[in-house]
Amino acid sequence: MLSCKETSQLISQAQDRELGIVERMQLELHLAMCKGCSNLRKQMDFLRGAIRRYPSTADDDTPVDR
Amino acid sequence: MTSPAPDTPKVTPEALAAMRNDMLRFATLQLRDSHLAEDMVQDTMITALNKAEQFGGRSSVKTWVFAILRNNVLDAIKQRSRTVNAGDYIAEGESMDSAFDTLFKANEHWTPAARPTDWGDPEDALREQQFWKVFDACLTRLPENTARVFMMREFLELDSNEICETLSISMSNCHVILHRARNGLRRCLESNWFAEGASAC
Repeated sequence: MLSCKETSQLISQAQDRELGIVERMQLELHLAMCKGCSNLRKQMDFLRGAIRRYPSTADDDTPVDR
Repeated sequence: MTSPAPDTPKVTPEALAAMRNDMLRFATLQLRDSHLAEDMVQDTMITALNKAEQFGGRSSVKTWVFAILRNNVLDAIKQRSRTVNAGDYIAEGESMDSAFDTLFKANEHWTPAARPTDWGDPEDALREQQFWKVFDACLTRLPENTARVFMMREFLELDSNEICETLSISMSNCHVILHRARNGLRRCLESNWFAEGASAC
Protein backbone atom coordinates (compact mmCIF):
# COMPACT_ATOMS: atom_id res chain seq x y z
CA MET A 1 0.00 0.00 0.00
CA LEU A 2 1.45 3.34 -1.04
CA SER A 3 1.84 6.17 1.45
CA CYS A 4 0.51 9.63 0.57
CA LYS A 5 4.09 10.81 0.16
CA GLU A 6 4.87 8.11 -2.40
CA THR A 7 1.54 8.77 -4.10
CA SER A 8 2.38 12.46 -4.46
CA GLN A 9 5.62 11.53 -6.23
CA LEU A 10 3.85 9.10 -8.55
CA ILE A 11 1.14 11.63 -9.44
CA SER A 12 3.86 14.03 -10.48
CA GLN A 13 5.86 11.40 -12.37
CA ALA A 14 2.75 10.34 -14.27
CA GLN A 15 2.97 13.75 -15.98
CA ASP A 16 6.52 13.01 -17.15
CA ARG A 17 6.76 9.31 -17.90
CA GLU A 18 4.54 6.30 -18.56
CA LEU A 19 3.90 4.50 -15.28
CA GLY A 20 4.20 0.71 -15.17
CA ILE A 21 1.11 -1.42 -14.74
CA VAL A 22 1.86 -2.19 -11.09
CA GLU A 23 2.48 1.49 -10.35
CA ARG A 24 -0.79 2.43 -12.04
CA MET A 25 -2.75 -0.13 -10.03
CA GLN A 26 -1.18 0.95 -6.76
CA LEU A 27 -1.84 4.57 -7.60
CA GLU A 28 -5.50 4.08 -8.55
CA LEU A 29 -6.10 1.93 -5.47
CA HIS A 30 -4.69 4.62 -3.22
CA LEU A 31 -6.59 7.42 -4.97
CA ALA A 32 -9.87 5.54 -4.64
CA MET A 33 -9.46 5.53 -0.89
CA CYS A 34 -7.74 8.83 -0.19
CA LYS A 35 -9.54 12.15 -0.69
CA GLY A 36 -6.41 14.22 -0.04
CA CYS A 37 -4.44 12.49 -2.78
CA SER A 38 -7.31 12.56 -5.24
CA ASN A 39 -7.56 16.32 -4.63
CA LEU A 40 -3.82 16.50 -5.19
CA ARG A 41 -4.11 14.81 -8.58
CA LYS A 42 -6.83 17.26 -9.62
CA GLN A 43 -4.64 20.14 -8.49
CA MET A 44 -1.66 18.91 -10.47
CA ASP A 45 -3.81 18.31 -13.57
CA PHE A 46 -5.12 21.83 -13.17
CA LEU A 47 -1.57 23.24 -12.98
CA ARG A 48 -0.61 21.65 -16.25
CA GLY A 49 -3.78 22.82 -17.96
CA ALA A 50 -3.39 26.33 -16.56
CA ILE A 51 0.10 26.73 -18.02
CA ARG A 52 -1.18 25.62 -21.43
CA ARG A 53 -3.53 28.59 -21.20
CA TYR A 54 -1.01 31.05 -19.81
CA PRO A 55 -2.40 34.40 -21.03
CA SER A 56 0.74 35.82 -22.62
CA THR A 57 1.20 32.81 -24.82
CA ALA A 58 -2.38 31.77 -25.45
CA ASP A 59 -4.05 33.21 -28.52
CA ASP A 60 -7.49 34.20 -27.51
CA ASP A 61 -7.83 33.98 -23.77
CA THR A 62 -7.94 37.47 -22.49
CA PRO A 63 -8.48 37.60 -18.76
CA VAL A 64 -10.65 40.37 -17.47
CA ASP A 65 -10.08 42.69 -14.56
CA ARG A 66 -12.46 42.17 -11.76
CA MET B 1 -8.91 31.58 -59.42
CA THR B 2 -7.62 32.02 -55.90
CA SER B 3 -6.35 35.15 -54.32
CA PRO B 4 -5.30 35.39 -50.68
CA ALA B 5 -8.19 36.20 -48.41
CA PRO B 6 -8.01 39.86 -47.47
CA ASP B 7 -8.00 39.01 -43.77
CA THR B 8 -5.02 36.61 -43.89
CA PRO B 9 -2.83 37.75 -40.99
CA LYS B 10 0.63 39.05 -41.78
CA VAL B 11 3.80 39.48 -39.76
CA THR B 12 4.00 43.25 -39.59
CA PRO B 13 5.91 45.59 -37.26
CA GLU B 14 2.53 46.61 -35.83
CA ALA B 15 1.52 43.02 -35.11
CA LEU B 16 4.85 42.44 -33.38
CA ALA B 17 4.61 45.63 -31.37
CA ALA B 18 1.19 44.55 -30.14
CA MET B 19 2.58 41.35 -28.66
CA ARG B 20 5.81 42.83 -27.36
CA ASN B 21 4.63 43.04 -23.75
CA ASP B 22 3.47 39.44 -23.77
CA MET B 23 6.81 38.31 -25.17
CA LEU B 24 8.65 40.30 -22.54
CA ARG B 25 6.58 38.85 -19.74
CA PHE B 26 7.15 35.33 -21.00
CA ALA B 27 10.91 35.77 -21.50
CA THR B 28 11.41 37.51 -18.16
CA LEU B 29 9.57 34.77 -16.32
CA GLN B 30 11.72 32.11 -17.96
CA LEU B 31 15.07 33.86 -17.68
CA ARG B 32 14.67 35.91 -14.49
CA ASP B 33 16.81 38.59 -16.13
CA SER B 34 14.95 41.58 -17.52
CA HIS B 35 17.88 42.90 -19.59
CA LEU B 36 18.49 39.56 -21.23
CA ALA B 37 14.74 39.19 -21.80
CA GLU B 38 14.62 42.63 -23.42
CA ASP B 39 17.47 41.77 -25.81
CA MET B 40 15.89 38.45 -26.63
CA VAL B 41 12.52 39.97 -27.49
CA GLN B 42 14.28 42.51 -29.70
CA ASP B 43 16.17 39.73 -31.52
CA THR B 44 12.97 37.72 -31.88
CA MET B 45 11.17 40.66 -33.47
CA ILE B 46 14.00 41.21 -35.95
CA THR B 47 14.14 37.51 -36.83
CA ALA B 48 10.36 37.42 -37.26
CA LEU B 49 10.43 40.40 -39.65
CA ASN B 50 13.29 38.93 -41.66
CA LYS B 51 11.44 35.66 -42.02
CA ALA B 52 8.03 37.25 -42.44
CA GLU B 53 7.43 35.76 -45.90
CA GLN B 54 7.96 32.26 -44.48
CA PHE B 55 4.87 32.69 -42.34
CA GLY B 56 2.26 30.56 -44.07
CA GLY B 57 -0.80 31.56 -42.10
CA ARG B 58 -1.35 27.99 -40.90
CA SER B 59 -1.03 29.13 -37.30
CA SER B 60 -1.70 32.52 -35.80
CA VAL B 61 1.01 35.15 -36.04
CA LYS B 62 1.40 34.98 -32.29
CA THR B 63 1.94 31.22 -32.21
CA TRP B 64 4.51 31.56 -34.99
CA VAL B 65 6.40 34.38 -33.28
CA PHE B 66 6.34 32.60 -29.93
CA ALA B 67 7.90 29.52 -31.53
CA ILE B 68 10.90 31.71 -32.44
CA LEU B 69 10.97 33.19 -28.95
CA ARG B 70 10.84 29.75 -27.33
CA ASN B 71 13.85 28.62 -29.36
CA ASN B 72 15.78 31.70 -28.31
CA VAL B 73 14.85 31.17 -24.66
CA LEU B 74 15.89 27.54 -24.87
CA ASP B 75 19.29 28.47 -26.34
CA ALA B 76 19.86 30.92 -23.49
CA ILE B 77 18.87 28.28 -20.92
CA LYS B 78 21.29 25.79 -22.46
CA GLN B 79 24.11 28.32 -22.25
CA ARG B 80 23.35 29.21 -18.69
CA SER B 81 22.92 25.62 -17.50
CA ARG B 82 26.57 24.88 -18.31
CA THR B 83 27.52 26.70 -15.14
CA VAL B 84 25.10 24.72 -12.95
CA ASN B 85 25.94 21.23 -11.69
CA ALA B 86 23.78 18.50 -10.20
CA GLY B 87 24.88 19.44 -6.68
CA ASP B 88 23.35 22.90 -7.08
CA TYR B 89 19.93 21.38 -7.71
CA ILE B 90 20.20 19.17 -4.66
CA ALA B 91 21.38 21.99 -2.39
CA GLU B 92 18.68 24.33 -3.64
CA GLY B 93 15.98 21.74 -3.03
CA GLU B 94 16.87 20.90 0.54
CA SER B 95 14.68 23.55 2.09
CA MET B 96 11.82 22.61 -0.25
CA ASP B 97 12.22 18.97 0.74
CA SER B 98 12.08 19.72 4.45
CA ALA B 99 9.02 21.93 3.88
CA PHE B 100 7.46 19.02 1.99
CA ASP B 101 8.30 16.57 4.80
CA THR B 102 6.39 18.66 7.32
CA LEU B 103 3.18 17.97 5.37
CA PHE B 104 3.22 14.34 6.48
CA LYS B 105 2.81 12.41 9.68
CA ALA B 106 5.38 9.79 10.70
CA ASN B 107 3.49 7.17 8.64
CA GLU B 108 3.82 9.38 5.52
CA HIS B 109 0.13 10.23 5.32
CA TRP B 110 -1.06 13.86 5.16
CA THR B 111 -1.34 15.79 8.38
CA PRO B 112 -4.92 17.12 8.70
CA ALA B 113 -3.77 20.70 8.07
CA ALA B 114 -1.74 19.82 4.97
CA ARG B 115 -4.23 17.55 3.24
CA PRO B 116 -4.73 18.92 -0.30
CA THR B 117 -8.11 20.60 -0.52
CA ASP B 118 -10.81 20.53 -3.18
CA TRP B 119 -10.32 23.58 -5.42
CA GLY B 120 -13.88 23.36 -6.73
CA ASP B 121 -14.03 24.70 -10.29
CA PRO B 122 -10.51 26.11 -10.61
CA GLU B 123 -11.00 26.75 -14.35
CA ASP B 124 -12.94 29.88 -13.46
CA ALA B 125 -9.77 31.42 -12.07
CA LEU B 126 -8.06 31.29 -15.46
CA ARG B 127 -10.25 34.11 -16.70
CA GLU B 128 -9.20 36.45 -13.92
CA GLN B 129 -6.22 38.74 -14.29
CA GLN B 130 -5.60 38.73 -10.56
CA PHE B 131 -5.18 34.94 -10.58
CA TRP B 132 -2.35 35.22 -13.10
CA LYS B 133 -0.57 37.78 -10.94
CA VAL B 134 -0.66 35.33 -8.04
CA PHE B 135 0.43 32.57 -10.42
CA ASP B 136 3.46 34.58 -11.63
CA ALA B 137 4.39 35.48 -8.06
CA CYS B 138 4.23 31.82 -7.06
CA LEU B 139 6.41 30.80 -10.02
CA THR B 140 8.93 33.50 -9.18
CA ARG B 141 9.06 32.26 -5.60
CA LEU B 142 10.41 28.86 -6.72
CA PRO B 143 14.20 28.59 -6.43
CA GLU B 144 15.89 29.48 -9.72
CA ASN B 145 17.20 26.12 -10.91
CA THR B 146 14.08 24.27 -9.80
CA ALA B 147 11.97 26.79 -11.68
CA ARG B 148 14.10 26.42 -14.80
CA VAL B 149 13.52 22.66 -14.98
CA PHE B 150 9.79 23.17 -14.43
CA MET B 151 9.59 25.86 -17.11
CA MET B 152 11.41 23.66 -19.61
CA ARG B 153 8.90 20.90 -18.96
CA GLU B 154 5.69 22.93 -18.82
CA PHE B 155 6.23 26.13 -20.81
CA LEU B 156 8.74 24.94 -23.39
CA GLU B 157 7.11 21.49 -23.41
CA LEU B 158 10.31 19.46 -23.58
CA ASP B 159 10.08 15.85 -22.44
CA SER B 160 12.04 14.75 -19.41
CA ASN B 161 14.67 12.96 -21.52
CA GLU B 162 15.53 16.16 -23.34
CA ILE B 163 15.70 18.06 -20.07
CA CYS B 164 18.04 15.49 -18.51
CA GLU B 165 20.33 15.62 -21.50
CA THR B 166 20.33 19.38 -21.81
CA LEU B 167 21.05 19.96 -18.13
CA SER B 168 23.20 16.83 -17.58
CA ILE B 169 21.12 15.59 -14.66
CA SER B 170 19.82 12.07 -14.07
CA MET B 171 16.23 11.12 -14.86
CA SER B 172 15.48 10.47 -11.20
CA ASN B 173 16.87 13.89 -10.24
CA CYS B 174 14.71 15.41 -12.91
CA HIS B 175 11.61 13.75 -11.45
CA VAL B 176 12.50 14.89 -7.95
CA ILE B 177 12.97 18.48 -9.12
CA LEU B 178 9.69 18.52 -11.08
CA HIS B 179 7.82 17.10 -8.12
CA ARG B 180 9.28 19.79 -5.84
CA ALA B 181 8.31 22.51 -8.29
CA ARG B 182 4.72 21.28 -8.75
CA ASN B 183 4.28 20.85 -5.07
CA GLY B 184 5.72 24.28 -4.28
CA LEU B 185 3.52 25.91 -6.88
CA ARG B 186 0.31 24.20 -5.82
CA ARG B 187 0.97 24.96 -2.13
CA CYS B 188 1.53 28.60 -2.98
CA LEU B 189 -1.68 28.78 -5.04
CA GLU B 190 -3.59 26.95 -2.35
CA SER B 191 -2.67 29.47 0.33
CA ASN B 192 -2.76 32.60 -1.84
CA TRP B 193 -5.70 31.95 -4.11
CA PHE B 194 -7.79 28.88 -3.36
CA ALA B 195 -7.86 29.17 0.43
CA GLU B 196 -11.18 30.50 1.61
CA GLY B 197 -11.05 34.28 1.64
CA ALA B 198 -7.58 34.46 0.08
CA SER B 199 -8.94 35.80 -3.19
CA ALA B 200 -11.07 38.49 -1.60
CA CYS B 201 -9.14 41.59 -2.53
